[in-house]
Amino acid sequence: MINPIDPPRRKNPLLRTRLPASPPRARSRKSHGFTRAAAEGRFMLQRCAACNTFAYPARDACPSCLSADLPFVDAPRRGTLLAETTARVPSDVYFRERAPWRIGLVKMDCGPTIVAHLHADCSEGAPVRMSFQLDKSGQAVAFARPEEETPNMDDDRQWREMTADPKFRRVLVTNGRSAIGLETVTALQAAGAKTVFVGVAEPWRPFAGEQHLRKLDGIEIVALDASDEKSVANLAADIGGKVDILINTTEYIRPGGVLDRKGTAIAREEIDHAYLGFLNLAQGFGPAMRMRGADGVNSSAAWVNVLSVYALANWPAYGAYSASQAACLSLSHCLRAELRPGGVKLTNLFTGPVDTEWFQMVPPPKVAPRAIAQAIVAALKSGLEDVYVGDVAEEIRQRLAANPKALERELDR
Amino acid sequence: MQSSNLLELAGAISSGAVRVVDLTFTLSPDFPVIVLPPEFSPAAPVRIQELSRYDARGPAWYWNNVSFCEHTGTHFDAPIHWFTGKDLPNNAVDTMPPKDMLAPACVIDCSAQAKQDPDFLLTIPVVEAWEAQHGRIPERNWVLLRTDWSKKGWRDYANLRDDGAHTPGPNPAVMKWLVEQRGIIGFGTETIGTDAGQAGHFDPPYPAHHFLHGAGRYGLQCLCNLDQLPAKGAVIIASPLKIQNGSGSPLRVIALVSSS
Repeated sequence: MINPIDPPRRKNPLLRTRLPASPPRARSRKSHGFTRAAAEGRFMLQRCAACNTFAYPARDACPSCLSADLPFVDAPRRGTLLAETTARVPSDVYFRERAPWRIGLVKMDCGPTIVAHLHADCSEGAPVRMSFQLDKSGQAVAFARPEEETPNMDDDRQWREMTADPKFRRVLVTNGRSAIGLETVTALQAAGAKTVFVGVAEPWRPFAGEQHLRKLDGIEIVALDASDEKSVANLAADIGGKVDILINTTEYIRPGGVLDRKGTAIAREEIDHAYLGFLNLAQGFGPAMRMRGADGVNSSAAWVNVLSVYALANWPAYGAYSASQAACLSLSHCLRAELRPGGVKLTNLFTGPVDTEWFQMVPPPKVAPRAIAQAIVAALKSGLEDVYVGDVAEEIRQRLAANPKALERELDR
Repeated sequence: MQSSNLLELAGAISSGAVRVVDLTFTLSPDFPVIVLPPEFSPAAPVRIQELSRYDARGPAWYWNNVSFCEHTGTHFDAPIHWFTGKDLPNNAVDTMPPKDMLAPACVIDCSAQAKQDPDFLLTIPVVEAWEAQHGRIPERNWVLLRTDWSKKGWRDYANLRDDGAHTPGPNPAVMKWLVEQRGIIGFGTETIGTDAGQAGHFDPPYPAHHFLHGAGRYGLQCLCNLDQLPAKGAVIIASPLKIQNGSGSPLRVIALVSSS
């Protein structure tokens, strides 16, 4: 059983901050099948299409029958810990700083034996539940945890290196005016966030939920208009060194495509809010977050975007909105790469139509803001990178993987 | 008039015998703007993007891109801004006669009434009472409605409630009367808009816009420091940007006031 982690003390301002080292990054192209699985929270292994043997590590020929047909499929997670060892003086900088570090050999029920990082509560001979996690270099690694939940399980030191758990961390929710923003604040508090900074633009305009927010402890309402670079710079000057997790809940949704609109006034707002807002936030908060990736229990850990799934495939009824989301998606990949040296994860949530006013006429299924908030917290606690929330988003994901051209025609109804 | 009078004026400004009062709010991204129903085209807020600041982006200079809607901050409304003025000649900011950019102003102090009632409306009797004290409003003068609204914190300044904005302004009758019976050159307010916050419900809706611009007159809004002006005798300089076919623009509004 592990002890719960202690709330971090105030940082000593006279000491140098430990810089974020990275675990080894080199990976084969084939092994990125695990990266994809880890990003989505799936457990996938190669399974030979000819003889059904599961293979690990990633390879180009089946170890049993030498067939080259080895697709990645969802695989059973259960295994048994055969043996464990503790590395006490590793030479790699990242692991040396974090030693002692436990790893073990796990015999999977489905066949292969996997070298995995171990949760402290895993003991030799006991069953374990395997996952692929994205480590601090953004690459997939195998991680074994006890099959049954144990007390304070998420507080495991090695597990926290693989995740961006909001517990004890300080989180900035950039837009607290929206339903998603407000629900996210609630969900973060429930997950043990120490402080939630709630960004509100144009405070001279009244907003729903203000009375409720002002009554809560651990909440700080801050002036933040992401599309105003000065507003972002001013807030970053105040709290930039204290934002461990940033959740970008920018929202500007209007229906319409290209020819059913006149002029570019709305498009300008879409780009201003979503794309330029994203740029301003990244330039304001990114550098400090990237530097603080190894800064103790409440190190900086994640940047989360709530995007429309139509960033991946344009829906003409909301065509202009889809396009602005696509711009943000591409930019997020750039930011992901730039934050990686700091060990800060960038997580994108993709959602279909949300059950809010600008999707009023869209028939169900629609995603409740609360579901998005809960998915954000779950993604942080599991260290996910690509999350599809709700039925429509999952449907789009599958159709896109199967045949993007068919999806394009189907979205053009 | 002799050119020496102009030079005397310049000297008086220089010496302080004529005070220059700035009636303009600083144009900034966070100043409250007009709020329209979300289905209408959104007015872009003021945005200031730094291009360089004596750095690698431009070593010896500091400059910005600035973008804004024509009707943000302290700004000028030209007749073309409203449908009632759309067909008048010289009705845009680039075609209006430049001499209209300088004119005397009558300042009507309703700060006490506005303090009591955010929906206070300027009416004909209130103006007639002012005229009884200060004399008739001359033709081609600005009428400026002083409410001290500009001194409020911005949430109270915008005063948005769930049935819209509640800010003071003129009623339909006084606007028609000022335009037709007094021949004013324009109407100015301290609030967001020349019309009252609830003017959408008046008959006609937005009577300041309706009657002013329908008669080729002008509007000024988001003014401040009106409490530094005399009831009569100040000269306003309000020259909007010369935007091609522009309906208005943010501008610097200054008042010349005799110190004596």
